Amino acid sequence: MTAVAELLAPRKPLPGGLSRGLVVASFLLPLMIWAVVSYVPFVWHPKVEVVDPGSVSYFREGMLLDKERFNEEAAKAREAGTAVPTGEPANPVYLPAPHEVLTAFYTSFTAEPTRRSEQWLHESLWHSIQVIFWGFTLSSLVGVPLGILCGTYNVFSRLFEPFVEFFRYLPAPAFGALAVAILGIYDGPKIAIIFIGTFFQQVLVVGNTTRKLDLSLLEAAMTLGVSRFRLLWKVVIPGILPDLYRDQRILLGWAWTYLIVAELIGTSSGITWFITQQARYKNFDNVFAAIMMIGIIGLATDILLAKLGKRLFPWEKKG
Amino acid sequence: MTTMELPSYLQQSAKVRARFERLKSREVILDVAGLSKTFESAHGQTTALRDISFQTHRREFVCVIGPSGCGKSTLIRILAGLESASGGDVLLDGKRVVGPGPDRGMVFQGYTLFPWLTVKKNVMFGLEAQGAGKARSESEALQWIELVGLEAFANAYPHQLSGGMKQRVAIARALANQPRILLMDEPFGALDAQTRAKMQSYLLEIWKNIDITVLFITHDLDEAIFLADRILVLRANPGEVEELIEVPVPRPRHLDQTVSPEFIATKKRLEALIHPDEEELEQTMAEDKLNMIRMTEVGDEVESVE
Repeated sequence: MTAVAELLAPRKPLPGGLSRGLVVASFLLPLMIWAVVSYVPFVWHPKVEVVDPGSVSYFREGMLLDKERFNEEAAKAREAGTAVPTGEPANPVYLPAPHEVLTAFYTSFTAEPTRRSEQWLHESLWHSIQVIFWGFTLSSLVGVPLGILCGTYNVFSRLFEPFVEFFRYLPAPAFGALAVAILGIYDGPKIAIIFIGTFFQQVLVVGNTTRKLDLSLLEAAMTLGVSRFRLLWKVVIPGILPDLYRDQRILLGWAWTYLIVAELIGTSSGITWFITQQARYKNFDNVFAAIMMIGIIGLATDILLAKLGKRLFPWEKKG
Repeated sequence: MTTMELPSYLQQSAKVRARFERLKSREVILDVAGLSKTFESAHGQTTALRDISFQTHRREFVCVIGPSGCGKSTLIRILAGLESASGGDVLLDGKRVVGPGPDRGMVFQGYTLFPWLTVKKNVMFGLEAQGAGKARSESEALQWIELVGLEAFANAYPHQLSGGMKQRVAIARALANQPRILLMDEPFGALDAQTRAKMQSYLLEIWKNIDITVLFITHDLDEAIFLADRILVLRANPGEVEELIEVPVPRPRHLDQTVSPEFIATKKRLEALIHPDEEELEQTMAEDKLNMIRMTEVGDEVESVE
């Protein structure tokens, strides 16, 4: 078999070095595309940044213009024999270069916010994390037990699941106005949106996970003298725990996707407020830094939880 | 095999006959009386079991055998209390059985060890469910684990064990509750031939050393004859008792006996019972015959070695 065919063998584990290299590449690849678009002038750069306004009255240094407009004005100046403006090819303001975002990322932690009403990036983030935490925790407190009951006893399944199935198609953000009317304009409605977005999926997902538990484990426990009522504690819950943990990890990811919508409801707050505010002032480097921050927090939490899961469930098969 | 003068499977040596007499004089542990089971299905009512009656005595080893669809799994599940009968009674020590309970241990065909518990904790499971203290459960569990020869794996998780080892733990787990009867539903069905043979010897060894009655379901004729005192043969559609055969092969059993005249005679009888209708058999054979097109070159025969 040739080396390439070897690499494309379905589901075959890759050698360790290559595997790690590919993980790095999966991040480097998009970064490289971004860098090429940002730093190599002839790839895109549809704008011109004015360096010297020359004789054009409305040009200012640092101004961004469409290439056509700039060339038009430059040609006019050349014909009139007045000072010709000079400029450099540039990308639109909404695509900052990697180094600008990196700088913004760094300064967001070190430099005081320029406007008095503004929050530090980490303050906004902390607020968002709290909203997610409460929304997700409240949802789990009800959703997980209900899901387990639905997956174990058909009575609960028939009683709750049809309605939950219906409700999960209702878009959580649609309840925004209602949530504000009931819960006020601060964190209440935001937590409620995260709750609505998570809860109904959670009941169904946990219910299905519980149903996947091998029935013969329950039967074995009954022949060993465990009563019907203690089965839930002795077999069902320990039996589904690793899968439940995985479900919760995935659901937590979904909760994050509801965050931005939730934070726009009532008084805008948290990371969303930071992003919209910065976008208003065209500080797109800060916007990108904030978006990336969400990604980093999400990924880091997930990796951490995955590592923790391996410790918590030593009976899970490796690999 | 060339035709050999086989004794009748009903013929027992004096020693075997004496053993059966002693066995039958022991008290009855399990008494199944007129048991029946009907299912409601899409095609109307189907009868899985009809009027099954038999008794097992203390420390008897009974195998249940029958063609597929004879309801042998349904039978053992009713005995375990995992399914309810439509009619008839199951008596254990003279008392009616309702629902599953620790007085009837069960070993399933699939692996049913609790994956989140170590071998030791698995064996302790039943004891703790009975309300035995932790210290007592642990010391008793270790004894049972020793009995099945897995003391080196007491702290291993089930996924670290081979199939044979898992079933040994399952046997230890069922026995730890000290049930009156051990119900086994094709427990070695998923094992390879070699492991299965070893497990059969293990099981006989365990059975010899403790006070336990075994009801063992299998579809393997050799396994049934090798293990059982008596074999309950069921017939299919509906499941009914065909015959209760007393195995004339003397104990202690060993693998050499599989070519003894008693063994072969018993197997002949079982084969006749399970595939009774030669005509019907031929018909199914004809149906199974494949319409083969020859795709090899002439003269390139696999069956002629030159």
